[in-house]
Amino acid sequence: MIEIRQSRLGDSVESSDINARLARQHLIDPEICIRCNTCEATCPIGAITHDDRNYVVKFDVCNACNACISPCPTGAIDNWRQVARSQVYSIAAQLEWDHLPEQAVPAISSAAELPSEVAAATTAAAAGQGGNVSAPWSAEIPQVGLYTLKNPAAARVTGNYRITDAEASSDVRHIVLDFGNTAMPVLEGQTIGIVPPGGDAQGRPHYVRLYSVASPRDGERPGKNNLSLTVKRVTEDHAGTPTEGVCSNYLCDLQAGAMVTVVGPYGASFLMPNHPGSNLLMICTGTGSAPMRAMTERRRRRVGLKEVGQLMLFFGARSPGELPYFGPLQQLPRDFIDNNLAFSRVPGHPKQYVQDLIRSRAADVARLLRDPESYVYICGLKGMESGVAAAFHDVCERHGMDWEQVRSDLHVSGRYHVETY
Amino acid sequence: MSIDYQQSIPNNVDLASDKTLQRALEHWQPEFLRWWGDMGPDGSKLLDVYLRTAVSVEPSGWAHFDYVKMPDYRWGIFLNPATLDRTIGFGDHKGESVWQEVPGEYRSNLRRIIVTQGDTEPASVEQQRRLGLTAPSLYDLRNLFQVNVEEGRHLWAMVYLLHRYFGRDGREEAEALLERRSGDPDNPRILGAFNEQTPDWLSFFMFTYFTDRDGKFQLSALAESAFDPLARTTKFMLTEEAHHMFVGESGVARIIQRTCDVMKEQRVDDPARVRAAGVIDLPTLQRYINFHSSVTMDLFGSDVSSNAATFYTTGLKGRFEEGRIADDHQLKSQTYPVFAPVQGQLLLQEAPALNALNEKLRDDFVKDSVAGVGRWNRIIQKAGIDFQLVTPHKAFHRQIGPLAGLKVAPEGRVVSEQDWNTHVRDWLPTDEDRAYIHSLMGRVVEPGKFANWIAPPPVGINKQPVNFEYVRFN
Repeated sequence: MIEIRQSRLGDSVESSDINARLARQHLIDPEICIRCNTCEATCPIGAITHDDRNYVVKFDVCNACNACISPCPTGAIDNWRQVARSQVYSIAAQLEWDHLPEQAVPAISSAAELPSEVAAATTAAAAGQGGNVSAPWSAEIPQVGLYTLKNPAAARVTGNYRITDAEASSDVRHIVLDFGNTAMPVLEGQTIGIVPPGGDAQGRPHYVRLYSVASPRDGERPGKNNLSLTVKRVTEDHAGTPTEGVCSNYLCDLQAGAMVTVVGPYGASFLMPNHPGSNLLMICTGTGSAPMRAMTERRRRRVGLKEVGQLMLFFGARSPGELPYFGPLQQLPRDFIDNNLAFSRVPGHPKQYVQDLIRSRAADVARLLRDPESYVYICGLKGMESGVAAAFHDVCERHGMDWEQVRSDLHVSGRYHVETY
Repeated sequence: MSIDYQQSIPNNVDLASDKTLQRALEHWQPEFLRWWGDMGPDGSKLLDVYLRTAVSVEPSGWAHFDYVKMPDYRWGIFLNPATLDRTIGFGDHKGESVWQEVPGEYRSNLRRIIVTQGDTEPASVEQQRRLGLTAPSLYDLRNLFQVNVEEGRHLWAMVYLLHRYFGRDGREEAEALLERRSGDPDNPRILGAFNEQTPDWLSFFMFTYFTDRDGKFQLSALAESAFDPLARTTKFMLTEEAHHMFVGESGVARIIQRTCDVMKEQRVDDPARVRAAGVIDLPTLQRYINFHSSVTMDLFGSDVSSNAATFYTTGLKGRFEEGRIADDHQLKSQTYPVFAPVQGQLLLQEAPALNALNEKLRDDFVKDSVAGVGRWNRIIQKAGIDFQLVTPHKAFHRQIGPLAGLKVAPEGRVVSEQDWNTHVRDWLPTDEDRAYIHSLMGRVVEPGKFANWIAPPPVGINKQPVNFEYVRFN
């Protein structure tokens, strides 16, 4: 979604290094497993074996198809560890276990270098929040920069769906990438980089483009090692001049089965709080909805835990047909998420923007801004920033608060996150 | 093959194209529902239960979860997908194509095998029908009901075979399956263990651990059958059977966990004081293990059996994991060690391997059940308590076969009648034990709450939280 145009990384991809570093290894918890043999009988490719003691998964055979997951009566089957590819657990080792090993911090992790171009692009996107903001105190520690241009990951496209109406002027796509047995741990709000194949007219490799992940940490489908992106086909630049976005067009045209080169993940600040009772106030336009979808979906999957906390969303698009995820969003229960959709180009209706709706919901927005458990996320086109800030200013004024003070409080406590482009 | 849920009987066997069979089964269906109403879980008709229903036989469709009223459960006929060009893996017909119809000469033996298996399914529902009234949590209540509806579906699986392949005889047998009653002296269930009571939850967990594990081994042996519809039916049943063993193994494990926690907290190890704390002492658990293990041993049949040899030679019933065994799969010249009473002593003797197939399956079962008890012991070990649970010797407390008359201690030592009478109170549950366990039983229905004698599970069903409302009372 966020296309960072100025980041060109000079080094080239060495294909022999693809996925060379980290692996996502499928393991069975011997403490919970009852040795019923269902997984071994189910596995279509013979990746599971056993002895008198344990049932174990062959790393070099398992392709993470997940056929064994739902038939397992205990849930013991659904365990995964990130391991350095050179140190995967052998069958012999797994057969000796009485319990699963802890998730070790991979030798290569968040300490990995962030390419300076990516860092610059990320800083520009976050400029609207007024300098560095720390992540929410309860956010999961993110993995950053696991895969670089020298050691990228490869992902397979398993889905590519248009999510705007056929008549809509914008072609926005929901693209699902599967990482097989390569570890790609991402959190809601993080981005990944896509490296389009080929090069420009001068023969230099294409820029890497960053896209926010639109799925929660446990995958587009729970338990799958996949993620989704929300990609808009770029047909004009910011000024409206016709131009064809290299990466967005590449992605939007991909067929299921195609392989994509991925770097990242990136982002250590625009993350969601993990603790129960925290509220999310989300404002977005267009494909800025990707991280909001990820966070909302994360909360939706945990709704049975009754962790409380409110979700309030302001979402702007030209028309319902152009609003990504309009259908699924409408199906979420009112008591789960407070949806406010603004449409700026519906014939016969006055133009409405997210800032208008923020003003019309002033009392509820003010209540959330006052609550120390509220976290604010803004994502979309750069142009929305000033309008949203002005609306917050008005809301605060009307309810006896000082927006500058509120914003400063939000800022220092890691509760105000902006990503615009 | 997808399951056709539009039909009154969901199935993936194209029932609609065989009108005679469809009518016969539609005639049996109301009888089944009447039996479920009479003998199914007591007082459960109106409850909404978070149940797993198979919506297809593909892995992705095995586990569809939703709230269901049990009388509305979609019992149906599901066969595993056929394996192309499958050949017979053992016996005289080894290497030939599997059968899609019943060979005339094996008709009565196959019918007998299917009826015996089928009879255990409604039997266990009958044995467990009152347990819901004393469930230690909503989570456990849901698990009990899941076991019950799946036993009902296993009955359907066997009844389909009887109706489809055995004509009038088959239909009569299918009716008789609904007429016999567990524990009824006038019309009992076929196998002894299925006429025993399941009076309390400890017995239920032990039953699902030991006796349903017999089911696993019997079904695994039938999944090797040359009669392909039986093999495919039992293969699919095995996936459901796994859940039952999970309920047993994790149920006992949670009881052990709770007992160990209390023993540590209150620093007690004397069984009487452990009982005073309202949990189940480890020696009582050992006596229940001895009972359920030995009763289940009998289910495998006589140690030396010419029937077993015939079933194998003719391709009706194989061995557990037949394909993984490296031998000639004919067994004409091999022998197998079997215990026999010789002058009042227990001696291992070599018997023809073909005749010892019941014993072989029993040994496979023993190995499997010993491993699970080992996992229970790790909980005790972790708690730092000096106690070890053991599975009794397979000659202990046997009622069937040549060992039936012999008095054998749990560790396998032959004892005198007098010794037996002196120690039987230490070896098998006493009336006092049963009364104590009975006194603990009481229904807990608040989501997330558990009876004092059992620990919560580490994870919920289908990734739901432990305090999920697994059963809704209306």
